[in-house]
Amino acid sequence: MGRNDLARHALGDDRPMSSNDPSQKRRTALDALHRSLGATMTDFAGWDMPLRYGSERDEHNAVRTKAGLFDLSHMGEITVTGPQAADFLNFALVGNIASVGVGRARYTMICQADGGILDDLIVYRLGETEAGSSHYMVVANAGNAQIVLDALVERVVGFDAVVRDDRDAYALLAVQGPESPGILKSLTDADLDGLKYYAGLPGTVAGVPALIARTGYTGEDGFELFVKPEDAVELWQALTKAGEGVGLVPCGLSCRDTLRLEAGMPLYGHELTTSLTPFDAGLGRVVKFEKAGDFVGRAALREAVENLNHEPPRVLVGLVAEGRRVPRAGYPVVADGQVIGEVTSGAPSPTLGKPIAMAYVDAEHSAPGTAGVGVDIRGSHEPYEVVALPFYKRQK
Amino acid sequence: MSNPQQLRYSKEHEWLSGAEDGVSTVGITEHAANALGDVVFVQLPEVGATVTAGETCGELESTKSVSDLYSPVAGEVTEVNEDVVNDPSLVNSAPFEGGWLFKVRVAEEPADLLSADEYTAFSAG
Repeated sequence: MGRNDLARHALGDDRPMSSNDPSQKRRTALDALHRSLGATMTDFAGWDMPLRYGSERDEHNAVRTKAGLFDLSHMGEITVTGPQAADFLNFALVGNIASVGVGRARYTMICQADGGILDDLIVYRLGETEAGSSHYMVVANAGNAQIVLDALVERVVGFDAVVRDDRDAYALLAVQGPESPGILKSLTDADLDGLKYYAGLPGTVAGVPALIARTGYTGEDGFELFVKPEDAVELWQALTKAGEGVGLVPCGLSCRDTLRLEAGMPLYGHELTTSLTPFDAGLGRVVKFEKAGDFVGRAALREAVENLNHEPPRVLVGLVAEGRRVPRAGYPVVADGQVIGEVTSGAPSPTLGKPIAMAYVDAEHSAPGTAGVGVDIRGSHEPYEVVALPFYKRQK
Repeated sequence: MSNPQQLRYSKEHEWLSGAEDGVSTVGITEHAANALGDVVFVQLPEVGATVTAGETCGELESTKSVSDLYSPVAGEVTEVNEDVVNDPSLVNSAPFEGGWLFKVRVAEEPADLLSADEYTAFSAG
């Protein structure tokens, strides 16, 4: 055991942190509560966040079978309002945001002019005034929030719309897992049955005003609750109490990573980077060429689609280990002694009971069941099975 | 957590028991197990292999990381804990007992290991 190994709670987030000085690390409104619960904390994109409270495997399994409670206050909220808010977001992002109905949400991306992915986002359309002014909330990854904010501020020039940095205006709590609707129902009069997946409505939870969204990053049913930071502790405690009888446990970022990996969901910095387009990542469906008007990246992305036909790129696949050694981000994928790809995320899967990974591999080795594929785990070629993503899909 | 008084400790967070008939037991500390999180895979030296104090002799994988295992002592491996190979979570649940890793016929007593109190202070720092 090396000392550095102990210090390195690698979440695989390789992006530069805002500071290595502990006094400069940002803390959420729930920081003291996490410490009182005995959380192991980790630096994530400059934030001091709970990695796990006890066993990360137990936390993972609780979300799959019961419920888990997360502090996700590091996520970056940006508010966009104005008569041309919809037109502006259609120009700034690759999706058709104007077509999102009030009370609904959309998974989308923001790209560079060259088509490279700056971040993946969830955009909520919160409201519309009679005067025709729209109100959106854009939620960016913590490590990219400043980049997304800067890009939006740059791209809004010429539009009758306002971009506002609301990163400090919200705490974000998530309740995820099959028991989460019951837990939330006991604390709110909001119409949760009418709240579909990827929808959000303003309401009150445990007496606290909240934007209640049916979104998540775990592959389970669940909710994300955007509240004022000063209300976060009260809401956390109410949710904890409401979940007591049904197995709700506090959950850290470690299990969030294995949950999203099993669900085949990409993580920025791993499956998504500025050197990849949405098409490279197998997520070309988020790019809406049919929408009206130009958007940042349109020409380059059009070209990328045309290139796909005569120059098939590496394909994002799932890998399941036959042995027990865990593939990690950056490990080479091999076949016949040749490097044919690279692991982007890997972890022991609590649900499958085996190590799993996502990897970009050459197209000819990407079909599920392709024989002879392995991962070079520190010099030893371990056999892996190529599978279709996701590894896990919940029964509805 | 308390580190058993009868053991000695390395700065790489391994523990070493006193020798019985010349054979000592090696494991990792509770502090190390907690820092790693759920251990999912252990690779131990083979029985009969020679290990050198301060050198790598295996690997521990947890959900988030892989760490080298260093031997705190020089000698010949006489036994490895097959229970921990089959159920690596023993490293987390009983690091000083059922989660022991391997036994060594000690060739040379190490001079630079820490006492329990010294290690407690070291690992808190």
